[in-house]
Amino acid sequence: MSDTQTQSAKAAPRRPQPAQEVESVTIRFAGDSGDGIQLTGMQFTTSTALAGNDLSTLPDYPAEIRAPVGTLPGVSGYQIHFSSREVLTPGDAPDVLVAMNPAALKANIKDLKKGGILIVNTDAFTAANLTKVQYAKSPLEDGSLSDFRVISVELSRMTGNALAGLALTKVQVERCKNFFALGMMYWLYDRPMEATLNWIEKKFKKTALLVEANQKALHAGNAYAETAEIFGAHYSVRKAPIAPGVYRNITGNEATALGMIAASQKSGLDLWLGTYPITPASDILHELCKHKEFGVKTFQAEDEIAAIGSAIGASFAGHLAATSTSGPGVALKSEAIGLAVMTELPLVIIDVQRGGPSTGLPTKTEQADLLQAMYGRNGECPVPILAPATPAECFSMAYEASRLAIKYMTPVFLLSDGYLANGSEPWLIPDADKLAAFEFPTLPEADKYKPYLRDERTLARPWAAPGLSGYEHRLGGLEKQDVTGNVSYDPDNHERMVRLRAAKVNKIAQDIPATQILGAKKGKVLVIGWGSTYGAITAAARNAQARGQSVSSIHLRHLNPLPPDLGDIISQFEHVLIPEMNMGQLLKIIRAKFAINAVGLNKIKGQPFKIAEVETGIDALAGGGRN
Amino acid sequence: MENKEELTALPAHGPMLTRKDFVSDQMVRWCPGCGDFAILATVQKLLPSLGIPREKYVFVSGIGCSSRFPYYMNTYGFHSIHGRAPTLATGLKCARPDLQVWVITGDGDGLSIGGNHLIHALRKNVDLKILLFNNRIYGLTKGQLSPTSEFGKKTKSTPYGSTDQPINPIALALASEATFVGRVIDTDLARFAQVLERAAKHKGSALIEIFQNCIVFNDGAWNEVSDKATRDENNVDLIHGQPLIFGKNRDKGIRLNGFKPEVVTFAPGQPPKDLLVHDETSAPLAYMLAHMERPDFPTPQGVFRSVQRPALHELIDGQIAQARKASGAEPDLQALLRGSETWTVAA
Ligand code: SF4
Repeated sequence: MSDTQTQSAKAAPRRPQPAQEVESVTIRFAGDSGDGIQLTGMQFTTSTALAGNDLSTLPDYPAEIRAPVGTLPGVSGYQIHFSSREVLTPGDAPDVLVAMNPAALKANIKDLKKGGILIVNTDAFTAANLTKVQYAKSPLEDGSLSDFRVISVELSRMTGNALAGLALTKVQVERCKNFFALGMMYWLYDRPMEATLNWIEKKFKKTALLVEANQKALHAGNAYAETAEIFGAHYSVRKAPIAPGVYRNITGNEATALGMIAASQKSGLDLWLGTYPITPASDILHELCKHKEFGVKTFQAEDEIAAIGSAIGASFAGHLAATSTSGPGVALKSEAIGLAVMTELPLVIIDVQRGGPSTGLPTKTEQADLLQAMYGRNGECPVPILAPATPAECFSMAYEASRLAIKYMTPVFLLSDGYLANGSEPWLIPDADKLAAFEFPTLPEADKYKPYLRDERTLARPWAAPGLSGYEHRLGGLEKQDVTGNVSYDPDNHERMVRLRAAKVNKIAQDIPATQILGAKKGKVLVIGWGSTYGAITAAARNAQARGQSVSSIHLRHLNPLPPDLGDIISQFEHVLIPEMNMGQLLKIIRAKFAINAVGLNKIKGQPFKIAEVETGIDALAGGGRN
Repeated sequence: MENKEELTALPAHGPMLTRKDFVSDQMVRWCPGCGDFAILATVQKLLPSLGIPREKYVFVSGIGCSSRFPYYMNTYGFHSIHGRAPTLATGLKCARPDLQVWVITGDGDGLSIGGNHLIHALRKNVDLKILLFNNRIYGLTKGQLSPTSEFGKKTKSTPYGSTDQPINPIALALASEATFVGRVIDTDLARFAQVLERAAKHKGSALIEIFQNCIVFNDGAWNEVSDKATRDENNVDLIHGQPLIFGKNRDKGIRLNGFKPEVVTFAPGQPPKDLLVHDETSAPLAYMLAHMERPDFPTPQGVFRSVQRPALHELIDGQIAQARKASGAEPDLQALLRGSETWTVAA
């Protein structure tokens, strides 16, 4: 493969090429964080959704906002997997890598499939940029890329040529090159360009020149890919057989925010979000603060503690209250979570997990806060825990967390993670009228009211917000006397209250739907997952089943309490495998609860599981079947 | 300068309440002789006169002796965690502007562990009535140094004397742009009642530093200014529009010498014309007064600052109203879920 085509093809006549059909494609865009990689990826995603494919995406951006240009820490990536079949993960190894500079190449080339397409912006392969990432010689010239189909494009120069007639600065031209590249990709995979053209029009509506420049760059890239025949062929991916309905693309953080607004609307309670900016949770705040017309009150507090404190105050006041954060923020909020447990007030604690401990890996994903959510407080302090499995599911789980918090008068953890938060997928837009109804704890007549009188069905105490005459009462963090809620140091009362609080949380089991088993109800290996590992586990289990291995999988959305049917399901299998992006936290819980020798499959790299990695874990237990 | 204050909640139309309506059935557990008793009584006496229904009051506290206060009030109350009362109170008040929310805190709770929350509640002008019980010691944990303890002070945790410069709560509140800042002595009931009433009627954050005597761990901390024999000489009353005059015979006053205040003496009834006149709206004056300290100066008592600025809940509600107006129609959940870009998969 040589790059001479880029020079010679300019004058080639335009003749439409038929597209070759392929089933699934994974593309990774990579470049400097200033190259507009995330934006390019998101545009490609929208157009792919409009083309009717199923898809899943994974952005991977650096922790530094503007790491030095051209360096490895400054590399930003965005991967999309799309298919004419169901898509469960953003894809293991990409088929196509778009590398905007040497750093992007160096950071990502190891993942590209053998024989995969590598598109490089040769204009960025300057001596200075090569030195920045310790390339002694340009990899474009030393033969090290011979495993791949290298498509070299002078992206900056080509973009400059395309925009020659426009009164743009050099920097402005340079900023259009991602649209040139996107235009090429649209041709390569036969995507419609209208959505991006419209987006450009909206985005730059204040500056007609920039609308023209970016649209021109997009068209030019598209035409260039076609007329220059640089790819040899282009490809199409058929529409996926997806359930009929109206879809949109949604990220986990957006879905979480919408889930909270839906809960507010359906419960009839105003929403209060007390929060403090933290990666990767801040987008929940950004989304919610846009929707004030729904009566949403967002409060950016002075710190994590004030954020949850304000939410507890709002909950006492009768609002639907939430606080959103990541692991380090949960650590700071622990004492206040204990207060919400003691005062038995509803509260949704959204933890978008990231790599830890301490500041850890702010922009990378991990599932290592499960035990913190479960046990990270002083005293016996049970809190229900829910975990969405996919970005879109953040909507229904945020909604369910709100519903349970109110029904049972308790704080509830929603464990999302960086992968779910920033990843996106098509979402079948739910019918707002069909969302589950909210149930409120019964409020006795004023003369019968006691702050800690319990509802028999749920053990929830009544929720009497200030302003109700005859219900004046005092809450607090000191141990409560059963029923009256007065301060009590009585030893028997303390034990009774500790057990009551635990029993109440366990009652939530009655709200957990039957666990769905993927595969046979009985067999050799049961894979148990939770959270964002859903896609990789499900795909791996399906592949194993297709190979004839005796493997089933289940995915837990409820981690505390666990689904009541879990013990029966487990008992039907010889082995239990628990893949997690931690050292084995659910593993510890399952082992302790069922006294079984479950096996962990653990990845702690800040990156989600690949399907193949889970398959290897399955093979070790299932044996045979694999050829 | 005009200094308009209005009630933040509507007057009740029910039967007149009395002090007794605000007394809870819980036994008060402060040490006999503690300054907290007088504060509790003064608050319980004031509330019925404000015309606010009892169920609209909420008392929120942190941790410490003073923070037991909500248990003794027959209103809604929340005894929260150490230092965090302003955070709960902020959520409560902004969620429910119809409530009148009081924060009870102390020098340790409000200025040490909760210092951050106090300054932010004040700067955001959250409509809270904050009573800061300052006894210059940790009482509940039995006698350690507090952030207002004097430099060199020997306490259980500083047997060799404190190495720390104390915080000046009034200066801190002013620096946080609090819109109402006052100071009273727990036993000075008449002035306490006046300042308390003004704080209650102030719209926005109101902080009152209360010199409170801890009879067990720091008895007499405020004797110089609270003792009958010396208090007239050692305090100066802050009255808006009035010159700063003090002394048993009202024969001393405060005058500016360049940027510095100084004490002048004069024949009773014949104050010099150039005495400093108190102005509750002047920030520089309030700072200067905050730094007038014993023994060089009398301790200022009363209202240092009172100005009007929109309260946080008004701003939040204003933005919601604006967003509703801009969106025109009733908020539509289904439209929100649809978002702007959708595609349809046919059956
Ligand atoms: S220790 Fe001091 S402040 Fe606390 S109750 Fe006793 S006297 Fe009052």
